[in-house]
Amino acid sequence: MSELGEGTASALRRAWLQGMREAGGTPAAVLGAGYIGFGALARDADFSLLLSLVSTFAIWALPGQIALIELYNLGTAAPALILAVMLTAARFFPMTASLLPSLRHPRWRAPHYYLAGHLVAMTGWAVAMRRFPQMRRVERLPYFLGFTVLLWLACAAGTIIGYQLSYLFTDLVTLGLVFLNPMYFFLVLCGETRSRLGVTALLCGAIAGPLLHLLVPEWSLILAGVLGGTLAFLLLETGQRRS
Amino acid sequence: MSSDWSLWGLVLACALATYFWRGTGVFVSGRLDTDRPVFRWLACVAYATLAALIARIVFMPAGILEETALWQRLLASALALAVFLLTRKNLFLGVIAGGAGLMLIKVMSDGVVSGLHW
Repeated sequence: MSELGEGTASALRRAWLQGMREAGGTPAAVLGAGYIGFGALARDADFSLLLSLVSTFAIWALPGQIALIELYNLGTAAPALILAVMLTAARFFPMTASLLPSLRHPRWRAPHYYLAGHLVAMTGWAVAMRRFPQMRRVERLPYFLGFTVLLWLACAAGTIIGYQLSYLFTDLVTLGLVFLNPMYFFLVLCGETRSRLGVTALLCGAIAGPLLHLLVPEWSLILAGVLGGTLAFLLLETGQRRS
Repeated sequence: MSSDWSLWGLVLACALATYFWRGTGVFVSGRLDTDRPVFRWLACVAYATLAALIARIVFMPAGILEETALWQRLLASALALAVFLLTRKNLFLGVIAGGAGLMLIKVMSDGVVSGLHW
């Protein structure tokens, strides 16, 4: 592609469509299937279809949405429930703060960034972290929005399908659907993470997570992220200085 | 009706609680240069948090996954990874192998299960 095409409307549209195309295969199918499980859980918990959809669009984080349903079913008090969902969402702070600088371009304004921030979730983030370095700066935001908006819609469709068909699902089927997500995240991170930084940090976090959960279940995710991430950072920094 | 409204309030509160982190991340990122070490540290924290989340779901799940044993979840995860690697990193097949594998392992090892509607 020639430099002449940079930043033109058609180049930006291509980037947006490229994002949609890349999200349209496996990511949409698998994440959508995970949301079928969510839709079924939501109906079992007597959520309305509209409210289930609102939760998909507005929360846009499957682990948090499943925690909401399951804690609600257990009759958890509202403040404790909201705190639990908030703690599982803390990952979005480092994810957004580390991704957004590479999305910036003079062409875009604050509302673009705050919209992109809302759409940050594991899949789009992991793919963007890998793809952005080879991509022209101005095309990153449209690519990212194309990718994540398509996923958003696929997951909304999954929510509706799961909600409407939940009477067909036995607990075994729901179990399989709910398990698709951790498996998807697991494989996405294994497959998309090529950098030494990413791999080191993943290993530190995977070890720190369950260990800290035994000690401080409520705060384990934040602590595992900060402690595991810092450990990985220190390992990498000292390794770099020596080499 | 009132319980409907409180449920809406609950979902919206959870949405705000979730967006709080994303919005703060966007705000802070406006003041960061990607070359600064703090950017690398944040990326480390993000990767570590995601790995911790997945490890926790597999090792100590809440909700419906609690109905499975640890070895069943580990075996299904290993199956997903094996299929993923053997199919030249085909995500779709890997994930399906994990989900279907867990269902199969559950049925074969527990037989007909009491209580829940399997």
